[in-house]
Amino acid sequence: MFSRILTSALFAGAAAGLIAALLQFAFVQPVLLHAELYETGELVHFGAEAVSAHPDLPGIFADPMRDGLTLVFAMLTYTGYALVMVALMSMAERMGHEVNARSGLLWGMAGFIAFHFAPGLSLAPEVPGVAYSDITGRQIWWTATVAATGVAMWLIAFGGNLLAYGAAVVLLLAPHLVGAPEPDSFTGPVPTELGALFAARAFGVGMAAWVLLGCFAGYFWQTEGKRADAHA
Amino acid sequence: MTTKILKATATGSAILPALFAVILGLGIVTLAGHVQASALHDAAHDVRHATGFPCH
Repeated sequence: MFSRILTSALFAGAAAGLIAALLQFAFVQPVLLHAELYETGELVHFGAEAVSAHPDLPGIFADPMRDGLTLVFAMLTYTGYALVMVALMSMAERMGHEVNARSGLLWGMAGFIAFHFAPGLSLAPEVPGVAYSDITGRQIWWTATVAATGVAMWLIAFGGNLLAYGAAVVLLLAPHLVGAPEPDSFTGPVPTELGALFAARAFGVGMAAWVLLGCFAGYFWQTEGKRADAHA
Repeated sequence: MTTKILKATATGSAILPALFAVILGLGIVTLAGHVQASALHDAAHDVRHATGFPCH
C-alpha cells in the first residue's frame, strides 16, 4: 500500500512540479524580476520622471543556478502536495469513492483552494518588496488556514449531511474573519500594476498546476493499483 | 473473533501507510516552503513567492 502511494505521488508530483516550474518561468518570473528592479531601487516609482513599463529583463535561464533551484524546489513542493493528496485518495477509495484521472480534477481543485487560494485570499501572494509583518505569525496563520480549509474541502466532498456542510462553511470563513497578520505600515516600492499582475499570475499558475496534479495523481493511483493487482 | 482481528489489521495496514505519507508530504512542504534557514530560503525563494508561502 505504501509503495503504491509513494510511486503514484512521486510520478504525479514530479510531472506537475515540472509543469508548474515551466509555467512559472513563462508567466510569474518576468513579473517577479521586474518587481525586483523596484525592490532594489534600480527603478523608482513616482519619481521625477515616468518609468517605462517595459524594461530589459533577463530571459529565462539567464541565471541557471537560480532557475535550476526553482525547478528543483517546484518539483519538491508539488511532490509534497502529492503525497498528502494520494494518501487521502487511498482513504477515499477505501470508503467506496472512485479515484481516477477524471475525479482527480476535483481533487486538484480542492487542493488548490486549500493550499494556495485560501491562504492567499487574506495573505495575498507577495510580490518582492511588499511590506509584511513578522514571518512566524504569518506562517502560523498560513498553516492553520490550510488545515481548516483542507478539512472543510473533505467535509464538502465526503461529509454528506447538513452538519458537515455547516462545519465546512465555518472552517472556510473563520481564518478570514479572524484575519491574517498585517504589517504596521505600507512600504512597498513596487507599482500596483505589477503587484496585482503578480498575484493574479501566481493564482493562475497555481490552479493550472494543482488541477494537473490531481489529474495525474488519480491516473497514477489507478494504473499503479492495476499493476499491483496484476502482480498479485 | 478471528474475523474481527483480521479486519482490524486490514484497516490498520491501510491507515498507517496513508498517515505516514501525509506526514512525509507535510514535512517536504514545510521544508520547501517554511524553513527559514538562509540557504533553503534563497534556493526556494522564487517558488515560495509564486506558490503563496509567506517568504521573508
